Amino acid sequence: MGPPNDNARFAELALPHLDAAYNLARWLTRDPADAADVVQEAMTRALRFFGSFRGGNGKSWLLTIVRNTAFDWMKANRPADTVSHSDDRFGTEIENMQADGDSPEAALIRAADKQTLDTLMAALPPEFRECLVLRELEDLSYKEIAAVTGVPVGTVMSRLSRARRMMQRGWILEDAR
Amino acid sequence: MMQAMLHEQAEDLLSALLDGELDALTSARVEAHVGVCPTCTAEFARLTALSAAIRERATRHPVPDALRDAVFPKPAPAARTPSPLRDRLSRWLRPAAGGFAVGAALATGFAVLIDTHDADTQLADNIVSAHVRGLQAGHLTDVQISDQHQVKPWFDGKIDLAPPVKDLTAQGFDLVGGRLDYFQGREAAVVVYHRHLHVIDLFVARSAKAGAVSGPSLTTANGYNIVHWRDGDREFWAVSDVNAAELNEFAEAIRQ
Repeated sequence: MGPPNDNARFAELALPHLDAAYNLARWLTRDPADAADVVQEAMTRALRFFGSFRGGNGKSWLLTIVRNTAFDWMKANRPADTVSHSDDRFGTEIENMQADGDSPEAALIRAADKQTLDTLMAALPPEFRECLVLRELEDLSYKEIAAVTGVPVGTVMSRLSRARRMMQRGWILEDAR
Repeated sequence: MMQAMLHEQAEDLLSALLDGELDALTSARVEAHVGVCPTCTAEFARLTALSAAIRERATRHPVPDALRDAVFPKPAPAARTPSPLRDRLSRWLRPAAGGFAVGAALATGFAVLIDTHDADTQLADNIVSAHVRGLQAGHLTDVQISDQHQVKPWFDGKIDLAPPVKDLTAQGFDLVGGRLDYFQGREAAVVVYHRHLHVIDLFVARSAKAGAVSGPSLTTANGYNIVHWRDGDREFWAVSDVNAAELNEFAEAIRQ
């Protein structure tokens, strides 16, 4: 570990973003106890790397570590969750859906309750879910999301676009129940 | 042909337009297309509605206080003797979960968790463990019925106490079933409810101290909320990852 006052400086940087860190871990693992594990491990890592943090965007830096820790955790404990197999199928069905003109109304979406929103978001493949969480719940820019998730800005753009179409498609499934 | 190409391009950029992430020229071109294309107009309206709904109502999970204190401990009051680090760490260990938090936290000397390791905390941990075990093993309910008149008799003859089995649909808690469980060497009846996607377990066990009545009190263990109360010879613990206010609401509804 670094010098003792590193701990205090680290707490100063990290504490304001701890809710965001937990929220991201929680949305990725979809489990409160797993999210707590991930946040603890991420903060341990972050403190270890703190010496090499050269200032700049503390929130992005911290969320990057949380995100990577969460994916490491899922790979180790729930490998099936990190595989995005449904992506292409979603895409095709969305196109069919639009051809049928069977889209949900904006008003229906606008009035969606918390449970529906949470369920549909939780059902997204993880790399789409994280983009949407970072954009809508943490209000990060595309550039920041690209930094956190380690992909180009163009990929962030297309993932968000796909994620939002998948959510809309989810409404039709919900509705059909 | 030109029109169709432009439509395809524009459609893929609507989401970025909404986020204000397009450069000025591209924005202008996409907006111009939306102005003449009913399909894109409708899609943009849906995207706008979706974004607003998520921002307003999707759950932002706040960090549980216990976890915040664990990661960034407040200076301990001088009078209290902290329990050994390993004990305090062990509280973040859940049964059967492959966490790596403990070793790593030990390695960096990251201080973890709350002050004294007393009997109440131990009990709270055991209840959370039983709750989590139920979630993990998929044996959440031994009897899976949402009708209170069927769940209640199921407990008869299996355990020597009658747990309250109430229909709380009107209050937003759906009865899903019941099971038997054990913790601290006690047998407990567990009545299981759903609050949206969350599971609430109501543990009911014989009280060690008969006759006492104590009102509901809230504690947190491993990120779960627990509301405990005692009524005559029965003790109750409601355990869930729903927020404290909702769990208190649940406890009130059961107690009424």
